[in-house]
Amino acid sequence: MKLLWLQKITCNGNAHSFLNYPNLTEWMEDFEWVYHPLLPSTYSLKEIQSDIKECDILMIEGAIDREDSLFLELFYRYANEAKYILTLGTCATFGGIFAQAKDSIKGLHFDKENRLDEFGKFWQKSISLPGCPLQPQVLAGVLNAIKEGISIPLDKMHRPKYYYAYTVHNGCTRNEYFEYKIDEHRFGELEGCMFYEHGCQGTYTHNSCNKILWNSVNSKTRAGQPCMGCSEPNFPDDDLWRTKKNMGIPAKLPTGVPKRAYLSLAGVAKAFKIDRFYHPLMEDESE
Amino acid sequence: MIDTSKKEQKRSLIINGALKLFATKGFYATTIPQIAKFIGMSSGNLYNYFSSKELLAQEILKYISAHLAKEIRKINDSSLSSQEKIKAIVKIYFNTAQSQPEMIDFFLRVYLSNREVFRKGCEGMICVNEFVTEIMIFFDEAVAKGELKNQDFFSAFGLFMGYLGGMVFLNGEEVLNKRLDEYIDDISTNIYNALKSD
Repeated sequence: MKLLWLQKITCNGNAHSFLNYPNLTEWMEDFEWVYHPLLPSTYSLKEIQSDIKECDILMIEGAIDREDSLFLELFYRYANEAKYILTLGTCATFGGIFAQAKDSIKGLHFDKENRLDEFGKFWQKSISLPGCPLQPQVLAGVLNAIKEGISIPLDKMHRPKYYYAYTVHNGCTRNEYFEYKIDEHRFGELEGCMFYEHGCQGTYTHNSCNKILWNSVNSKTRAGQPCMGCSEPNFPDDDLWRTKKNMGIPAKLPTGVPKRAYLSLAGVAKAFKIDRFYHPLMEDESE
Repeated sequence: MIDTSKKEQKRSLIINGALKLFATKGFYATTIPQIAKFIGMSSGNLYNYFSSKELLAQEILKYISAHLAKEIRKINDSSLSSQEKIKAIVKIYFNTAQSQPEMIDFFLRVYLSNREVFRKGCEGMICVNEFVTEIMIFFDEAVAKGELKNQDFFSAFGLFMGYLGGMVFLNGEEVLNKRLDEYIDDISTNIYNALKSD
């Protein structure tokens, strides 16, 4: 299976992240890099620019400037060839950080959450893989599925449901604090849920960070940092370490939860005073 | 087979009767036999519905909370501005205090005055949850629309509800110069001015 990895406006984060895929060496035996910016490839960038090489899967990393005719020409040539087009990371998918620089910079099929028609003829063969960066296991998993002919259910933004039907909240080790609405979190001192004060977007961010751990070890929320919603269309939001609230009520609620129901539930849950959650869990009870 | 609608009617009869007695005589001066006699029921039968006086008082609190919440929800669902909604909430509160004084009196003279009765079973805001939720929704939407100032919930809640409770209390003490409903305009304006965005 021949893979072509093209970069546009990017920090290289997705390319670097992929190098951390635990079984990269074995995995590469089944694929051929027509071109990859960091890994050994069959052709150089110059060669793929000068002539059309065969490719099965075209991967785009980075946001695309619509005024960059040189890149667009290259993209069209290979997009017409490829059986699948993968947008790697949030910039290629939704525009991300770089789209804030100028209006002509966007994701391939999206400008934040708005679907664009410019490359509409490629939409049916496109798969969106947002994340800042994209998790290596997600990319490897999708490529494996394509190679094996396994069907990949997609959501309406063409994200594979296997990975993006979940929220980052799913599997978060701080869920107990969320259940009982304990907004007592102190960085580095006390466990707790970061949804209430510290801007955690895990409850409405579609990704598998707490199911597939980063480097098989950890995730942001497990390590005590709020989820910044890096795989969401509107990433990056501003004021990432502070929860936006209206009169103390979180302005954005967990995906699909109606405000009235949430507030009723929160009112009941807050009535419990569960002592063990107000002290560091590692603290000796006799102290 | 038990007729649930009949059971529900009896329950409602007890709640309404007990509410009147609690609100006028106070929690401790009211006994279960008095409540039973007031509604024409035996004490033994009343205990089939509520196993203790404390439990009955807690159910009354939930009943009042749900009643006010239902009215405020209609205002929340309307297209009124936040300023108009404040006036509508004040109106409901004062009208209830005038037409069903026992409801607000129970709140002020039983719930707030006999906290020990509610400590076990009404922890935090469990028993007034429906009412508080509607006030939260009102505030949340008003701030999101930029009509009220963003601040701590309880700062705003205390200003709003403390003010209304205080006026109803003064009305009960018969020290006000005017009828309660004649204060609706001024008080609504004061609340709006205190909470509006800069």
